[in-house]
Amino acid sequence: MNEDVLPANRPVRAGGWLHYLANPARFMRVAVPVLPWLSGAALLLCVAGIVWGYQFAPADWQQGNASRIMYVHVPAAWVAMAGYAALAVCSLFSLVWRHPLADIAAEEMGPVGAGFTALCLISGSLWGKPMWGAYWVWDARLTSVLVLFFLYLGHIALIRAFDNRAHGYRAAAILALAGAVNLPIIVYSVQWWNTLHQGNTISITGGSKIYVTMLYPLLISTLGFYLAFIAMVVARICAAICERKTASALLAAAEELA
Amino acid sequence: MNTWPFINGAYGASVLFLAVAGWLSLARYRRARRRLAEVEKR
Repeated sequence: MNEDVLPANRPVRAGGWLHYLANPARFMRVAVPVLPWLSGAALLLCVAGIVWGYQFAPADWQQGNASRIMYVHVPAAWVAMAGYAALAVCSLFSLVWRHPLADIAAEEMGPVGAGFTALCLISGSLWGKPMWGAYWVWDARLTSVLVLFFLYLGHIALIRAFDNRAHGYRAAAILALAGAVNLPIIVYSVQWWNTLHQGNTISITGGSKIYVTMLYPLLISTLGFYLAFIAMVVARICAAICERKTASALLAAAEELA
Repeated sequence: MNTWPFINGAYGASVLFLAVAGWLSLARYRRARRRLAEVEKR
């Protein structure tokens, strides 16, 4: 291969640009000034979406006021699935490039994602009781989301199950990647099986079956939930990096004294 | 059927989760940064 054709500053190693971007120090330099703005935007959009959905959005012609639960249930479900997809991507980066920031990100996404999944299940069961007459049915959509919740819990537990943290990260990354197969099952469960849960109302490719007076608060609430998830995860990643730096500094100081 | 108790429950759980999880994350972040600054000052 003629190496003269490569630009001088081009990373030679495959995936070198990923290592450049995923450096913990560079991440902190970007994340610390962005975090207050991210948190403020998340708070503003969550409040706007929740108040709009609870108080001002129109009631559904068939479900009545119970349809207002949609403005917290649907965003929580979308964030739960997107969070797991991000967890799987971090796990792939961890397994392929062994990057410590990917491990930290995956570790910090787990509890937040599990919280949003629990919120989706709780709000869904509170919606199910007045509409279906039961808090829970072993429907394909509900069961696959429950499996997602257990995958999150398994990931959280597996990271902490080994004395050597590196072994925990590796095992949890494999679980996260294997569990990603559940995401298309959740999305298509309402098409593949005859479920009690309603079909997809909003589609990126096709037309939405929801009127704008209900769509706007739903989109604002969704954006708020997404930003809240990102803000929480970024804050937790920054905290984890600081905690590791503190531990390293204290260890170095103790070794100097000894 | 009065659906408001279910609606209030779903919104209450959401607001509680967002407030508690957000506050815990930001509190941990601020505590970690303060602790690191203290250790680096030594």
